[in-house]
Amino acid sequence: MEYFVQQLINGLTLGSIYGLIAIGYTMVYGIIGMINFAHGDIFMLGGFAALIVFLILTSVFVGLPVVVLLLVMMAAAMLTASLWNWTIEKVAYRPLRGSFRLAPLITAIGMSITLSNFVQVTQGPRNKPIPPLVSSVYNVFGLSISLKQILIMILTVSLLATFWYIVNKTALGRAQRATEQDRKMAALLGIDVDRTISITFIMGAALAAVAGTMYLMYYGVIVFTDGFVPGVKAFTAAVLGGIGSLPGAVLGGLLIGLIESLWSAYFTIDYKDVATFSILAIVLIFKPSGILGRPEVEKV
Amino acid sequence: MATTTYSTENAAGNLTARALREGFYAGLVAFGLFFLFVGLETTQNIRNELVLNQRWGLLAIFVAVAAVGRFLGVLYLQPWIASRKAARAAVVDKAAPEGFFVRNFSKIAIVALVLMPPVVVSLVGVQGSLKWVDNFGIQILIYVMLAWGLNIVVGLAGLLDLGYVAFYAVGAYSYALLSQHFGFSFWVLLPLAGILAAFWGMILGFPVLRLKGDYLAIVTLAFGEIIRLVLINWTEVTRGTFGISSIPKASVFGIWSFDVGAANNFAKVFGLPMSSAYYKIFLFYVILALALLTAYVTIRLRRMPIGRAWEALREDEIACRSLGINTVTTKLTAFATGAMFGGFAGSFFAVRQGFVSPESFVFLESAIILAIVVLGGMGSLVGIAVAATVMVGGTELLREMTFLKAIFGPDFTPELYRMLIFGLAMVIVMVWKPRGFVGSREPTAFLHERKAVSGSFTKEGHG
Repeated sequence: MEYFVQQLINGLTLGSIYGLIAIGYTMVYGIIGMINFAHGDIFMLGGFAALIVFLILTSVFVGLPVVVLLLVMMAAAMLTASLWNWTIEKVAYRPLRGSFRLAPLITAIGMSITLSNFVQVTQGPRNKPIPPLVSSVYNVFGLSISLKQILIMILTVSLLATFWYIVNKTALGRAQRATEQDRKMAALLGIDVDRTISITFIMGAALAAVAGTMYLMYYGVIVFTDGFVPGVKAFTAAVLGGIGSLPGAVLGGLLIGLIESLWSAYFTIDYKDVATFSILAIVLIFKPSGILGRPEVEKV
Repeated sequence: MATTTYSTENAAGNLTARALREGFYAGLVAFGLFFLFVGLETTQNIRNELVLNQRWGLLAIFVAVAAVGRFLGVLYLQPWIASRKAARAAVVDKAAPEGFFVRNFSKIAIVALVLMPPVVVSLVGVQGSLKWVDNFGIQILIYVMLAWGLNIVVGLAGLLDLGYVAFYAVGAYSYALLSQHFGFSFWVLLPLAGILAAFWGMILGFPVLRLKGDYLAIVTLAFGEIIRLVLINWTEVTRGTFGISSIPKASVFGIWSFDVGAANNFAKVFGLPMSSAYYKIFLFYVILALALLTAYVTIRLRRMPIGRAWEALREDEIACRSLGINTVTTKLTAFATGAMFGGFAGSFFAVRQGFVSPESFVFLESAIILAIVVLGGMGSLVGIAVAATVMVGGTELLREMTFLKAIFGPDFTPELYRMLIFGLAMVIVMVWKPRGFVGSREPTAFLHERKAVSGSFTKEGHG
């Protein structure tokens, strides 16, 4: 039982990271209906930015408190990743907005290849390890919970609450939802559609950068290919939860994290990704629009 | 008069001011983008700790290029494009008669490809021809064939498949395993690999029948990853990441062999000096024939009821259903046919490399094939072949550019930048020509006369 709960906690931690990345996928998909394939690489870029800022801070200011260190890393990662995603949207996706469905998908795949190879060329192809930042582990009822895990979960919950508030209660969120429903009508009613879409990309990138920082902190290592697998899993999470739905993305992320850690714990670790993808396929066969997605009604 | 000159001068002044402003912003953005990644480099020191290396000069170059590029772009390029567009709109669109070359492009290309190996051999000798026939000829033709195969699924039937490489893998492993364990020859296993891949296409097809668009895309991606992960982890059969090596070579229909020790060795029979180039030239003709078979089948199928059903399905699924087309069989045949050609290409890949490992069947391959299909113009066979030549041949050419070492110093390795340039090229070509290299479409069904229509009129593809 304790073992099970332990795996549950591990799964929830992993799922939080996936959930944060998935939000970016789901928001972009919701608003312009495209799969932003480069999003996983934005996540990786955020992790790298955090790593470089960590190295700057530890070499310039020795003995900085960990809280400050983490906050500055996260802020820098969010800024850099947002700027990247904003630029990418402007140069690679916006010119193709009126074009056919596959065109932005191809530029997104191209951007994904470009970003990971850019980091490989500029930062080198090797694994980048950092010393553990937060290492305390608490024992509660025979379970060991690390401070890292608690931090990740608290951060995820608070970010989610913030985003839920922004999307549902503010003027910006209203503009986003209006653009999502009908872009032309929204523009007629005075919403700056381009700006709204740009902000959506920035928000998604900021969350992915937080996920990247946490990934770096949790695993202590990052490499230029790290964007692909978490990216695909996060996208899977977004689809599983019902793409376009914010709570769906988080639910999907947590489910994928749980499936992964429980499968690794009770079956074989080799086939954990096979299990994740198979469950995705099975869920979609019985519920083609995801767990929380609205079924698409096609009008003729 | 004076006022007009004044206003143009004023406009020119405004333009320069705008260009300066935009150039400045571009430099600022570039600084933000590249500050951490270009300005600083993470490297390991002797104690294996990460340290930062400073490269402010490089960062300055990046920022300067962005700023100056944007400045020049706003000042010169944009007005030039606008004036060209206006000039083109002013000219009444009179269709220039297509030249002999354009009209017979595909025939000329086929003849050129058939003649290529002997010409190359006579120019650079038997050993020298290896590079051109193998690295360029065979490599490009494999991608042409794969892209033509995927084109049936994506370009004709409009089903977005991000896991096409799975069928390629099925074909390659079918040949590798069956030839090693049962000793079947290439010519027996080639159709078998195609059939097996087609079965896998149907297995994938069944569960995804109800899915549409992007849901379909993610499930096919997942399927591709599942196949790859099974190949990695099922070590008793596939030997995991080590892959399967020493796969038997193909023979010329059993008449001549290319094994060095064999009595009927090709070079021995004809009294030629021993060289691996003959085998590569033979393989070149095999893949050329396979690719042409794919093209032929595609062209014929498009004129058959099933091909028209595919195109109807792509344009409107609901209309398709209400006209009594069975969408289940239509989708399944599209998946199966596309997968079959993937399987053929896969078994050819295995016989060419003599080695297969899961490394060759990553998602990136699917992405490259899909990119070729879309960049070529979705459904246009000629366009796809051109796109494959440009994208694959271009990146192969980069390997050859040793003269760049003279410019950037001896540490410069062009291979490192291969995929970076490939990715950028994908983005640039797509933004520049969203409808692909061949932007006009030739409809299969028409009233009175056959007219090419702009690609923008079709939902996607070549209909």
